[in-house]
Amino acid sequence: MISVSNLSKTYNGVTVLNIENLDIPKGQSFGLVGNNGAGKTTFFSLLLDLIQPTTGHIKNNNILVHESEIWKSFTSSFIDESFLIGYLTPEEYFYFIGELRGQNKADIDTFVAQFEDFFNGEIINKKKYLRDLSKGNQKKAGIVAALIGNPEVIVLDEPFANLDPTTQIRLKKIIKELAETKGVTILISSHDLMHVTEVCERIVVLEKGNVIKDLQTGAATLKELEAHFAG
Amino acid sequence: MIRHFLALEWKQYFRSSYWQKSIGLNLLLVFFALYFIVVFLMGGLALYPILKELYPDNDPFLLVNDFFFYWIIIDLLVRFFFQKLPVMSIKPLLTLPIKRSSILHFVLAKSAVSFLNLLPLFAAVPFAAVLVFEGYETVGVVAWVFLVLLVTLCINFLNFIIESLTAESELSFLPLILLTSALFALEYFGIVNFSQMVSAGFMSVVANPINVLVIVGLLIGLYSINYKILRGKLFLDSSLKSKVEEVKVADMAWTRRFGKMAPFMQLDLKLIWRNKRPRSSVFILVIGLLYGLFFYPQPMYSELPWIFPFIGIFVTGIFLINFGQFIPAWDSGYYKLLMSQNITYEDYLKSKFVLMALSVVALFVLSIPYVYFGWKILLAHFGAAVYNIGVNTHIMLFGGSFNRKKIDLNQRAAFNYQGTGAVQWIIGFPLMFLPMVIFAIAYYTINFEAGIAILVILGLLGMVFHQKLMKFITSKYQDSKYKMISAFSEDN
Repeated sequence: MISVSNLSKTYNGVTVLNIENLDIPKGQSFGLVGNNGAGKTTFFSLLLDLIQPTTGHIKNNNILVHESEIWKSFTSSFIDESFLIGYLTPEEYFYFIGELRGQNKADIDTFVAQFEDFFNGEIINKKKYLRDLSKGNQKKAGIVAALIGNPEVIVLDEPFANLDPTTQIRLKKIIKELAETKGVTILISSHDLMHVTEVCERIVVLEKGNVIKDLQTGAATLKELEAHFAG
Repeated sequence: MIRHFLALEWKQYFRSSYWQKSIGLNLLLVFFALYFIVVFLMGGLALYPILKELYPDNDPFLLVNDFFFYWIIIDLLVRFFFQKLPVMSIKPLLTLPIKRSSILHFVLAKSAVSFLNLLPLFAAVPFAAVLVFEGYETVGVVAWVFLVLLVTLCINFLNFIIESLTAESELSFLPLILLTSALFALEYFGIVNFSQMVSAGFMSVVANPINVLVIVGLLIGLYSINYKILRGKLFLDSSLKSKVEEVKVADMAWTRRFGKMAPFMQLDLKLIWRNKRPRSSVFILVIGLLYGLFFYPQPMYSELPWIFPFIGIFVTGIFLINFGQFIPAWDSGYYKLLMSQNITYEDYLKSKFVLMALSVVALFVLSIPYVYFGWKILLAHFGAAVYNIGVNTHIMLFGGSFNRKKIDLNQRAAFNYQGTGAVQWIIGFPLMFLPMVIFAIAYYTINFEAGIAILVILGLLGMVFHQKLMKFITSKYQDSKYKMISAFSEDN
């Protein structure tokens, strides 16, 4: 689904990302881990064509992301709060995203209804604008918005950060279900090794912009990762 | 401590993308500043001889002092619209071992060294030099210069008090305008002779320099009021966390007929109604619509038909100018979302175009009553409206592709330094003056109807080539996509 070749990003002579080859097949749940500055967000930003690659390219379903915009119709993402429109209510935000993805209000209402648990009664019908929600609740709204419209590729940057434990567990369940039942390609980055080994079939470790480990998740993966990051 | 603050200021200014990416604009501002300095210097030098020549029987010094009342009022008005309290990013400083008072004193002191405060001195000092040369008493004249400086500073701090008191309301400019017009009216109709009172005050300082202490006291008073107001705001919860607003929901089903553009138009309308910044631009519409009343009732202007299209451009295009100048910065807060969502640039820009074009039509309809002042005015407004729709909308959208300055919609007005700066006004000029020049040429070489016809034809041409122009503009936006994303995600 996603294929990366010769991709690099250099800022003022410093290479922050350098991936020679990476293929993520359709339906895979893909985890990206690495310390701060490893290049996780840079990679996602390149995948979403928010920054320009210095060399190489990313293909999303055989579409060059920096040349065509067609990939946008089947790709959705939540990177940070700047993906939210602060002066909308969560419902309006969902309708807006839904409209861009060809879903009418009724579709969205049924879709959002499944996340009642996840929202924990703090998002819907609260008569609040997104800008007035807490960071954690903003994140919940953003993540759910990224699932609207049956996207084939979902990109979530640090989805577990800022969430309370209950919501983290619910989110893991949602991600697992998506990956299993619908054949959606999910890309997640996280600092939490436990969460990421739990929900991802494959984990790639970035360090200073380079891929240094590429693991199929198994019983020993968490131990291996912990050993790696313990130095 | 001040050393640290100054270092922070310096870095903030020179490391912002705004500075680095728009040296041209900064040069233009420097040029304007120099221009004003030279004008004021020359004015200061020439004032005495000119007044002597015009009014040989009066003392020029007295004449200048008579004028100070108007200066104070005009200065106050100008500052209210152009000057905002300078601001530091206070949040990171609050938890550091820095006294709150030193942060405040720095912010207030910084406002005192504004260009607007120094400008009067450029005129006052040479004028005073001429006075001394002409044989006025040196001590009194020096005291007078000090007085000018002190009064300027008083206006400076008074302005911030007015701003912070009225910032919460949408019609923030109304109280000041009412107050100044009331003062002006009282003066004009001779009910209260303010200018004589101000003049007498000034002369008493010249005669007895110790009187300057009264103004010093006033200045200290204004400063401490400012200090108190700011002190109350210097907490995380009051300055950073805004009140939770009650949600106003509207269906806006009528936008449906615009098909693919509908979601964006709804978004734009919500943007305008729910955020303080853009909402105030709606209230400026009222002023814009009434703008013609300043001119048309006066017989002097009805003799000058070439000014009609200019007023027409302004009256029918006030929303276009106000809203358009910040495209796409209005959406800067969530620009990344728009860039990664399932939308094309063209639909996004088209919805802005439709919104601006509709506003022109609506404002033209509302301005029809101006026909009372003559059918030529209606005709001129019609030509201006067509020109606005066909040409100025595209210019605005094109100009937006150079926009690199973020707007924080969530920012409260009290600490909002992203106000309409001089820069935006400068950009606005070609929009209004170009059609006026085109019209004036046609008017003087052919006739009135021909001038209007040319404006209409230009506007129609713009509409005919709308698709092509939009393609071109879209490509401009695409070219600067990455630059915009990175500039909009910066904090300053």
